[in-house]
Amino acid sequence: MSHRILIVDDEPNIVISLEYLMKKEGFQVVVATNGDAALEQASAFLPELILLDVMMPKKSGFEVCQALRANPALTGVKIIMLTAKGRETEVTKGLALGADAYITKPFSTKDLVLQIKSMLA
Amino acid sequence: MLQGWVIVLASFVYLGILFAIAWYADRRADSGRSLIANPVVYALSLGVYCTTWTFYGSVGRAAASGIGFLPIYLGPTLLFALAGFVLHKMIKVAKANRITSIADFVASRYGKSQLLGGLVTVIAVVGVIPYIALQLKAVSNSFAILASYPEIIMPAKAGAVPLFQDSALYVAMILAAFTILFGTRHLDATERHEGMVAAIAVESTVKLIAFLAVGVFVVWGMHQGVGDIFAQAAAVPTVARRLATADSPAAYGTWGTLIFLSLFASLLLPRQFQIAVVENVDAKHLSRAVWMFPLYLFLINLFVLPVALAGMMHFPNGTVDADTFVLTLPMAHQQEALTLLVYIGGLSAATGMVIVETIALSTMVCNDLVMPLLLRLPMLGLAARADLSGLLLEIRRWAIAVILCLGYLYFRVAGEAYALVSIGLISFAAVAQFAPVVIGGLFWKGGTRDGALFGLAAGFAVWAYTLLLPSFAKSGWLPDGFIAHGLFGIDLLRPQHLFGLTGLDEITHCLVWSLLANLGGYIGVSLQRVPNVREARQATLFVGGAEAAGLPGWHGSAGVADLLPLAGRFLGAERAQDAFTRHAQQRGLQSLHELPADTRLVNFAETLLAGAIGSASARAMVASVVTEEPLGINEVMNILDEASQVRAYTRELEQKSLELTRATAELREANARLRELDRMKDDFISTVTHELRTPLTSIRAFSEMLHDDPKIDLAQRSRFLGIIVSETVRLSRLINQILDLAKLESGRAEWTVAAVDVAEVIREAAESLTALFAEKHVTLELDASHPGLMVLADRDRLMQVMVNLLSNALKFVPAESGRVKVGAGGTVNEVRVSVADNGPGIQSEDQEVIFDKFRQGAGTTDVLTDKPQGTGLGLPISRQIIEYFNGRLWVESAPGAGARFVFTLPRQAGDNDQNAD
Repeated sequence: MSHRILIVDDEPNIVISLEYLMKKEGFQVVVATNGDAALEQASAFLPELILLDVMMPKKSGFEVCQALRANPALTGVKIIMLTAKGRETEVTKGLALGADAYITKPFSTKDLVLQIKSMLA
Repeated sequence: MLQGWVIVLASFVYLGILFAIAWYADRRADSGRSLIANPVVYALSLGVYCTTWTFYGSVGRAAASGIGFLPIYLGPTLLFALAGFVLHKMIKVAKANRITSIADFVASRYGKSQLLGGLVTVIAVVGVIPYIALQLKAVSNSFAILASYPEIIMPAKAGAVPLFQDSALYVAMILAAFTILFGTRHLDATERHEGMVAAIAVESTVKLIAFLAVGVFVVWGMHQGVGDIFAQAAAVPTVARRLATADSPAAYGTWGTLIFLSLFASLLLPRQFQIAVVENVDAKHLSRAVWMFPLYLFLINLFVLPVALAGMMHFPNGTVDADTFVLTLPMAHQQEALTLLVYIGGLSAATGMVIVETIALSTMVCNDLVMPLLLRLPMLGLAARADLSGLLLEIRRWAIAVILCLGYLYFRVAGEAYALVSIGLISFAAVAQFAPVVIGGLFWKGGTRDGALFGLAAGFAVWAYTLLLPSFAKSGWLPDGFIAHGLFGIDLLRPQHLFGLTGLDEITHCLVWSLLANLGGYIGVSLQRVPNVREARQATLFVGGAEAAGLPGWHGSAGVADLLPLAGRFLGAERAQDAFTRHAQQRGLQSLHELPADTRLVNFAETLLAGAIGSASARAMVASVVTEEPLGINEVMNILDEASQVRAYTRELEQKSLELTRATAELREANARLRELDRMKDDFISTVTHELRTPLTSIRAFSEMLHDDPKIDLAQRSRFLGIIVSETVRLSRLINQILDLAKLESGRAEWTVAAVDVAEVIREAAESLTALFAEKHVTLELDASHPGLMVLADRDRLMQVMVNLLSNALKFVPAESGRVKVGAGGTVNEVRVSVADNGPGIQSEDQEVIFDKFRQGAGTTDVLTDKPQGTGLGLPISRQIIEYFNGRLWVESAPGAGARFVFTLPRQAGDNDQNAD
């Protein structure tokens, strides 16, 4: 069985790398490049885990996270927030809004994959 | 019957009776049952104004000039009837300040100046001596005439009689002895002499009765009533002339002068001041005196004209001096008793005047002239002596003797040259010199000691030159040439026609010049400076302090007129005014001037002052206004110093506190600004971090992927490596631009400023991007045909802006169909360059945002599949550059209609040089 992963990021190259890594693990992958698309895809695709970038135009990762947690259809979805800022306050804020993990860019690809695997196990 | 010894005996008996009355009155006063504490006595004692000048002289004057004798009595009548409030104020002030004489009054008013007191004393002594001489002349003449009874023989000229046969000498000696007995029996604790006042009141009664008796005898004894006298007089041409007019029309012109003179004389003559002010028991007595004293004057003048007319008719050939008619008419009719009564009446008039005048003068001489001098002589050691009362008595006795001697001397020297009345007027003119400083001192706070000294000295000098010296000259004691030809033969200095002023009688002439000099000096010099503390305090006591100062005890009351200036001295006039006004409003009054002078007001003022100078000082200051005890000048100065220091200190503190508040506000503002800057810096760093980490994330991810999986196929590997390279380029560009922007913003950028042809820059920039445009198949149109669009700028920086704008445009236009058009043109003042594209356009809310750091147009990502490649720093940098050269950079766009970036620069002009490094 393959897990469903939603990747949300506005940086094309980062999306490419994440998509490559996830597919290599055999996951089903869907991509969204902004917050609104992310929410749409999440409702349609019902992913088990979402990789969510924080700094995006229009809707930030925090807002998207909040909206996801408010969606009853998505209870149990794991959310890993990715941020290039990485200030303490942002980590705390993300976790408070319901993120399950918080990973700072640039990240170790191995660690990221391990984290995802452990969370889906 | 009227032998010499009878007259002498009668004289001594009369004087003995007077002395007994005085002694009795003093006894009564000592036991607290004052004999003189009643308004009738006060009014009668004021009759001391009527001397032998009145008793004998009025008839003489009437014989010479008809009713010309009257103005001398109209003056005092006017004063008492109309200006009683002046006298009232003087009495209040004098009581409050324990004034002992007119000299003391003036000295005290102008800051307790001993010099001023001395000057007033000298003027008074010199000025009044002719007046005393007049009394001696009258008494000795009356004695001489009476001694030859029943024959009527005019006495010989004074100078012609050997000294020791001159009865005037003995009169002077007897009067001196009598006055010494009267006035200096003991040194009163107060400056008042109750016994003397009682005796004077009796004398006034005696002389009035005597004169009325003569009048009745002349009118109804010699004639059949007043109508009969006037009818008979009208029949005698030489006499009738007196009824119609005076000697000449000009004589009526002098009425004003005489009324003026006598008005002030009745107030300012030392004896008048003594009786009316110093000896006054109760200021309330004045209300009775204001009509009783004028009535007294009226009665004593009632028969002057009938007696004069009768005398002129009875002694038609002019052998009998008109000044003696009062005595010679009863003599001619052998009325021995009446004659003796008249003589006693004349004696009353003379002794009354001499006693009061010399006592007043001796007090002045002692207190204001001799004692200050003696106390200044250290070898006498007087200052250290505890009891000086014996010495004071000695000085006063000697002063009385000397003054009467001087009076006699003047009588011998000048007495015969003038009629009684003229001698009196010389004295009146002298004391009139006190009028400006006394009246001014009561109503004008601006008068100063120097002004008073100057005015008095000037007025006195002019009086002496125009009136006193001529009186000596006319008597032959001075060469009379200077009267006719002026001093040193200078015509303008003729004493009786000073500076060519003619057409006035000598008294008016003297008065015009002396009062002009006096007033001019007093006001002129006073205005030179503001009164000092001492003068100002006395001025307040005298001008505004009359009501309050008379009240007993410091817990009495004081008026607004006193307390407001007092409070104003410490609080500032405006604050004091406000506080008093508030107090008045609390008491339901319209204005502070309605505040009654009561204890409540004093307490209020004290409380008010206590806030500024402390309660002890406030009490002392309020006390200085309310009580009779004057505050020492040193204390006042100390308090003033202290208070002004405290006020200055408080003002300083207020100032400091204000500055601190201001500084705090500035600091708070600066702090807020710093916080804002700090937050902006944090945001910037956070943004920069984000922008740097994003390419780094890609680089690391792809590097790890390549590293961890050697089996990646070649195409994939090549693609990943390409991404790593482009992200590295992006990272480098980003770092360069951040550094560039930091340099621009901090002002450390280096500029090479020169004249630059804008068209050339556009062409070069376009050329450098030709390949990129061609690669994307985007059309680039250049409208750079305008030559000579010169600006002062850094060529490379301008190129940087052009490239940035062109590459931005290229980034956003669609491939193949994209069009970018560059325009250039300008006005007289500026050059304008635009870069227009047919890209997606920029939403209006983003049109300013894109010039912020790291902000890219939001709408762009929706349209493009790829996120635009850019650092978000190109436009902020471009704007910095353009603004550095005083230009502007902005964008005009609508979504879907492309964007048009425009910048302007000033055309090359001199004022750009200042921006060049």
